[in-house]
Amino acid sequence: MNAKKNGNKELPKHTISIYVANKPGVLMRVAQVFARRGFNIDSLVVSESQDSRFSRMTIVSTGDAETLEQIIKQVSKLVDVLHAKDHSGEDVIEREYALFKVETPTEKRTEVLQIVEHFKGQTLDFGEDYLLIGISGATEKIDASFELFKKYGILEVVRSGKMLMARGREET
Amino acid sequence: METKSLSGAEVLIECLKEQNVEYIWGIPGGVTIPIYDALVDSGIKLILVRHEQGAMHAAEGYARATGRPGVVCVTSGPGATNTVTGLLNAYMDSAPVIVITGQTVTSMLGKDAFQEGDIFGMTLPVVKHSYLVKDANDLPRVMKEAFYIAQTGRPGPVHIDIPKDVATSPCTVPLNAEMDLPGYKPRDLEDFDREEVERIAGALRRSKRPVLYVGHGAVISNACSELMKLATTLHAPVVNTLLGKGAFPEDHELSLGMFGMHGTVYANKAVSECDLIFSIGGRWDDRITGKLSEFCVDAVKIHIDIDPAEINKIIRPDYYVIGDAKHVLRELNKHISRLDTDDWWRKIEKWRNKFPLKCSKKGGLKVPYIVDTLYRLTKGEAIIVTDVGQHQMWTAQFYKVHKNRSWISSGGAGTMGFGFPAALGAQFGRPNELVVAIVGDGGFQMTMSELATMMNNNLPVKIIVMENRYLGMVRQWQELFFDNRLSGVDLTGNPNFALIAKAYGCKSFRIRRNADVERTLKEAIEYKGPCLIWAELIKEDNVFPMVPAGAPLSKMIISPPKSAPTEIAAKPAKRRRKPRSEEK
Repeated sequence: MNAKKNGNKELPKHTISIYVANKPGVLMRVAQVFARRGFNIDSLVVSESQDSRFSRMTIVSTGDAETLEQIIKQVSKLVDVLHAKDHSGEDVIEREYALFKVETPTEKRTEVLQIVEHFKGQTLDFGEDYLLIGISGATEKIDASFELFKKYGILEVVRSGKMLMARGREET
Repeated sequence: METKSLSGAEVLIECLKEQNVEYIWGIPGGVTIPIYDALVDSGIKLILVRHEQGAMHAAEGYARATGRPGVVCVTSGPGATNTVTGLLNAYMDSAPVIVITGQTVTSMLGKDAFQEGDIFGMTLPVVKHSYLVKDANDLPRVMKEAFYIAQTGRPGPVHIDIPKDVATSPCTVPLNAEMDLPGYKPRDLEDFDREEVERIAGALRRSKRPVLYVGHGAVISNACSELMKLATTLHAPVVNTLLGKGAFPEDHELSLGMFGMHGTVYANKAVSECDLIFSIGGRWDDRITGKLSEFCVDAVKIHIDIDPAEINKIIRPDYYVIGDAKHVLRELNKHISRLDTDDWWRKIEKWRNKFPLKCSKKGGLKVPYIVDTLYRLTKGEAIIVTDVGQHQMWTAQFYKVHKNRSWISSGGAGTMGFGFPAALGAQFGRPNELVVAIVGDGGFQMTMSELATMMNNNLPVKIIVMENRYLGMVRQWQELFFDNRLSGVDLTGNPNFALIAKAYGCKSFRIRRNADVERTLKEAIEYKGPCLIWAELIKEDNVFPMVPAGAPLSKMIISPPKSAPTEIAAKPAKRRRKPRSEEK
């Protein structure tokens, strides 16, 4: 589940948390380290941290572990980066939020609402033939709801990308 | 509280003075006029170059010859983009260069103003750090940070983009600003893993066939006396990279000279057969490892580097220390003693005797003989600056560098056009020493407009133009690996270099035969001012030994093959052999 097929090789997915100085250009610098080594960024969340001078990035990327080690070192080396950590395989809290606009003819509405309820989602907008649904949870949960909504026809989906926080007192 | 209100430009210059900057290389433009105006009475010498690339290489030459940052100030747009090659060079070769570019006024940023270019965005991958300053009050902090970042840890270029209105608006904060670099904490030089150092000493004790591999990091950290103590105490052979030349005297009996693609046979054989290889500030570049999967497969690998990102980048060392070479070696030297390397040395001496570097006068005028003569005449004491190509490799082979920071060459980037302006920078930094620029005819023509800079400043640089009327290194590869199908390497149309020199009022000498070499070089060295020595070489000569790209070190071609060494070459598809029409 946590891997992407690439040719014959199974390439693992990584979740990396980066703590950076909140300065213009820092996102470009970080993104360049990935792009130069041919790593695609699957998702990226950036926002201000508890201290407005710093921002938190959570990046999900796919690729071989050795190149990733190099990427993390190169990212850590950037002057504006305080630290970068690969949290893959660690017991951390991961969350994602997704908005779905699902095709919902009147006769299917109950079915769709049952799915929303099952995933503890919210109905955010209600139309004659569609529903706008918000669901939060681990990426796997969002993936599962995505699969179920597909059956009815997904008009649009917007996903926040994965966010992550280390458990206990450990720094993310 | 009284703060005299200076303009951004004036503050910038004050900050440069604070950093003891002697020279600025550059060319002005519309948006840098305020900065150039503030320079007028500053006491800092402005060196007007003829192309911004020349400014960059001169600043790098200065930085590498002195260890102090070189400073460049150019205008926005094309002025700024012309620094990109120099930034790449400084970035790849870890040189502290500060580049100040003017920028269009802040209100016009992103609106395609005249001579606007997103130089901040364009240079991101080739700078250690960079700034777009949008408030004159940030300048004192930015300047302090820029110099600190450029020089500490692994050195590198820092770029500062200053919009014109920032340069003209008042700066109301005190000059002694605090740095704000929460993400940049270079280690204290004494802060490294001392237990790992002891483990390295243990690994050395177990080694029967060690090799010490000296890279640019050893040069930058000036680890010379520590390295000497290490090598002589262990009685271990020393090999160096192209940029590692000078950290350990190459005329020392323990030195095997350069290894890698065009290294000596005995250095490459020693590396191929060692049981321990110890990189001191070397980054295991592809030009020195050859085919990586066959590089030192069974040898214990040790790596000292100040940059944590170099560890595990190319090879996985058995032991490593992140730290400054000088300080780490000083600690290591406390734990070592002489190794029993007598058998190892017997083997090495056999190679050294069997495969010496050959420098013959047979077959006409060639680079090795010229460089070897220069080496003898200057006793290995000159500051040698090279360009890129065949002449660079021959110079690396035949000019044994005795002193640190006396060899400046474009390594990582391989920038043609680097040599001549870099030599000017080196001469600015070390005005009382002999600086020789050894350049090819191809590279020299890329930046020879700096002859004006040399003459204006009466820099007594000796330029040796090695003219073979070919882009020789590419021609060599085409001959060896592409069935001699020459493509784009013929420099027919070269100017008369004596007349070029004359046009700038520069003295010139000409070497056309082996018999001219010694006498002419002597005369040129004794000549007090700048001069150009035009050496008209035979057209076709190849650099050997050579490890073909992608081959292991053990598959090096030792001497000119009778026919193309197709069994070693990365074989191109069978091609028709074309008559060598260019040949005479």
